Amino acid sequence: MRMAELAMGVVMGVFSLYLMWKSAELPIGWIPDEGPGGGAWPFWLSAGMLLCCIAIVIRWAKRMTPESRSEDVYMDGRTFKLFLLNAGALTGMVGLFHIFGAYGAIPLFLIFYLRFLGGHSWRLTGTFAAVTPVVTFLFFEIALQKTLPKGITDPWFEPIFSFFY
Amino acid sequence: MDILSLLLTGFAIAFEPLNLGLIVFGCAVGLFIGAMPGLGSVNGVAILLPMTFLVPPTGAIIFLGAIYYGAMYGGAISSIMLGIPGASTAVATTFDGRPMALKGEADKALIAAATASFIGGSVGVVLFTLFAPPLADVALTFGAPEIFALMLMAFATFIGLGSDDIPKTIFSIFIGLVFGSVGLDIISGEPRLIFGDIPGFFHGINFLVLAIGIYGIAEMLWTIEVSQGDVMISQATVSVRRILNSLRELTRTWKTMLMGSFLGYFVGILPAAGATPGSLMAYGISKTMSKKPETYGKGNINGVVAPEAANNAASTGAMLPMLTLGIPGSPTTAILLGGMVIWGLEPGPMVFTDHPDFVWGFIASLYAANVFALLINIAFIPAFIWVLKMPFTILAPIIFVLCVVGGFVPTLDMHDVWLMLIFGIVGYLMRKLDYPMAPAVLAIVLGPLAEPALRQSLLISGGSFSIFFSRPFAGVIMVIALVLFALPLLKIAKSLIRR
Amino acid sequence: MRKQALKPLSCAIALGLGLGMMSFVQTAAAAWQPKKPVEFIVMAGKGGGADKAVRFMQNIIAKHNLSAKPFTPINKPGGSGAEALVHVNSASDPDHTIMFTLNSFYTTPLRQPGLNVDISTFTPIGRMAEDTFLLWVNVDSGIENVEQFVAAAKAKGNAWIMAGTGKNSEDNLLTDFLNKAYGLNMKYVPYKGGGRVAKELAGNNANSTVNNPSEQLGFYQAGKTRALAAFTPARLPLFADAPTFGELGKDFVYFMQRTVVGAPGMSEEAATYYRQLFASIYGSDEWQGYMTKKSLQGGYITGDILMRYWLREKAVHKVMLQKMGAIK
Repeated sequence: MRMAELAMGVVMGVFSLYLMWKSAELPIGWIPDEGPGGGAWPFWLSAGMLLCCIAIVIRWAKRMTPESRSEDVYMDGRTFKLFLLNAGALTGMVGLFHIFGAYGAIPLFLIFYLRFLGGHSWRLTGTFAAVTPVVTFLFFEIALQKTLPKGITDPWFEPIFSFFY
Repeated sequence: MDILSLLLTGFAIAFEPLNLGLIVFGCAVGLFIGAMPGLGSVNGVAILLPMTFLVPPTGAIIFLGAIYYGAMYGGAISSIMLGIPGASTAVATTFDGRPMALKGEADKALIAAATASFIGGSVGVVLFTLFAPPLADVALTFGAPEIFALMLMAFATFIGLGSDDIPKTIFSIFIGLVFGSVGLDIISGEPRLIFGDIPGFFHGINFLVLAIGIYGIAEMLWTIEVSQGDVMISQATVSVRRILNSLRELTRTWKTMLMGSFLGYFVGILPAAGATPGSLMAYGISKTMSKKPETYGKGNINGVVAPEAANNAASTGAMLPMLTLGIPGSPTTAILLGGMVIWGLEPGPMVFTDHPDFVWGFIASLYAANVFALLINIAFIPAFIWVLKMPFTILAPIIFVLCVVGGFVPTLDMHDVWLMLIFGIVGYLMRKLDYPMAPAVLAIVLGPLAEPALRQSLLISGGSFSIFFSRPFAGVIMVIALVLFALPLLKIAKSLIRR
Repeated sequence: MRKQALKPLSCAIALGLGLGMMSFVQTAAAAWQPKKPVEFIVMAGKGGGADKAVRFMQNIIAKHNLSAKPFTPINKPGGSGAEALVHVNSASDPDHTIMFTLNSFYTTPLRQPGLNVDISTFTPIGRMAEDTFLLWVNVDSGIENVEQFVAAAKAKGNAWIMAGTGKNSEDNLLTDFLNKAYGLNMKYVPYKGGGRVAKELAGNNANSTVNNPSEQLGFYQAGKTRALAAFTPARLPLFADAPTFGELGKDFVYFMQRTVVGAPGMSEEAATYYRQLFASIYGSDEWQGYMTKKSLQGGYITGDILMRYWLREKAVHKVMLQKMGAIK
């Protein structure tokens, strides 16, 4: 936990520096008669973030926060595995949105999660994997007219749209 | 005045069978849309706008008004049940609504939200009926300095929201403000913080992307870690007796409800403010005034009641500048305004005199919409509770799917989904180190309102800060804001000295 | 037996061929139709003037059943329309992507060459209208004509506040013109959206604006604001008392296009379909009524004429932006 606290403080400090550098693309100073320039607001706030990160690191060194005193591991093996599985599955689903579209990615994600992470029966898994995309389609595309990404499945939807309109 | 007789004519119109049907249907649809993470009243009203040409204009606005109301009630449902605010107006409801649900009091939180919404909405409509024209004139004089003072006040009421770790809390506020400034800087007309020249950053970082990332994905990952992936999300039960008990307990929060209602209404009237600052301020003030502020954030019923009363009162308040001035007070009323144009009505000061049937029929329908939204909401509570009882390994993937779809729908841009995923994962890693997240979400809502107002004011005054004190409304609000800021800072200073 | 069995079969084949031919002939005659919902990109945010117009057109399409598939408005206001331009420029399905544009269609690619957007590659569909601009003041100021306006603005110098919609926007161009033409030093304060600008004037938080009629109409009718002069070639019927700047000896005319644009690479069949569709929307009573009410001008132009109009306007805007110093 102690190392994680330091690492996060340093990483966020570097990120603050990047934000300051990026904000400085626009004027960050005071323009006479007009007030602050376009980059001033994000620049000085990022500078404030940097100060906070420095404070976090100082407090870490002085062991002032519970996290900086804690000798527990940040993530034990089991937690790390759970985190990787969940975050990985989620990232995989979002990635698959680009290839197979929402109606390919959602069932695949549900099958993986329900069957292989949750250990549910194939019957329950199949039901959810089949019903969720149908409900999603009816609710978002037909009722609300919000088009979800379809990737390579795009042409398959032409007859479905012809059926509804 | 003949307001009463006008209102009675309005009721006669609102209770025509077609209009009454539209109210009930609209409330139900709105409730459902509002309960989805990522969809709020704006989406509901915008999407159903094309359907309204099937009915006469009065029926059309009654229908959209009912959707608006239903969605405002529904926003609390996702905040309480999933911990994900469906819209910025419902952020404050998560602070105590979610802990209540985790304690097994989801039903009580839902009833509290529904009842508070009802009170807030009703107070709002009554104030609307009585004082529409004079308040419209006050709202008109509110310019950039007043709006900035108001935003400062909203921040001030929230200063005590974070954790005890002050550097981490300030970091969280600032990062929210910086993310809120991504996109186009309207004052200089230049694109700002377009990371890697990715076009998705041109529209800025949508509030929902951060909110769903943090409250949806990060919270879910956290819950999975704590539960090690195999327990229920919360114990939830519901029965008639529990509902009656909850209602009895709610009578003790009447002060909070009234405070939230009045505050929300008056903030809601102001153009460009909308319902979000009002609900945040109501939460902050309720906490500040409370005898036990330490119970807030841990499931205090007042923490649900205050923002919910305020956001519903504010949504009514936001209709006032729309109807009387033709200026939208919130994104949703902007769409309603567009609707009036489509139906052939000219919104603005003349609408009260030119189309009294339309205006008063609409106002009367809001009274009815309030009642129906409450009844429908309470009727559905057992269904929501049933959802909560599903095993976690079923609920978690469904929520993940909702998060991804909900992150995509507002802008229809996969860029936002990836951003949301990154916020979720980094947010989870930071949450484990006790970085408070709520301040960042609030900051990303209020920042884009505050910064342009500050710079517009300074442009007008030629760079002099005296503009915030030389105007009566701005001056008064500014002084209150500074006092509110000073109070917790004094406390901090004291504790530092003692240490 | 065998022959008899063959007969229905050959009949079926003949029938099938015939049907096939017929449907082929039919598709050729009925031409192209959208196969799925059409993305109607709006270059501005929800609730603004452009958004209202798009939703109004969407309504006309639905009401008269002009299209079998719905048109779904998608708002992409980011970066003064930069986001919308990039999206349409790289549309994955150009036959189902159209956009409603304003003058930022010319100015944004000029100011941000990094976007790599060339408007001459876009498909011209139809110009639905040209919005007009007027010079407005609050009635409380007591100013009734341009002469008094100039005197008052001169007296206040750079404390005279002109509110407008964003830096380097149409409003900013007009403000610069007024400053130069009358030797003024008005301060330009940008706000988000024309409705907000109109409200700042009505609430006396700005001294003057150059709003579109639709934005100020409500306050004008309530007697809160007054139109002093119009940036049009002839007086507007709705504001007959306001002279044109031409009459006042300053030859300056400025319009805001309200045009439907197709994605680059749209097939000729699809473009023909949309051109006919929007021509019939333009001709509908609803659209004509909308134009009268909002004091919109301009006829329906399409195809090559529209493209020539764009290129001319682009050149005009280039000169104006150069004069302002917004581009080199």
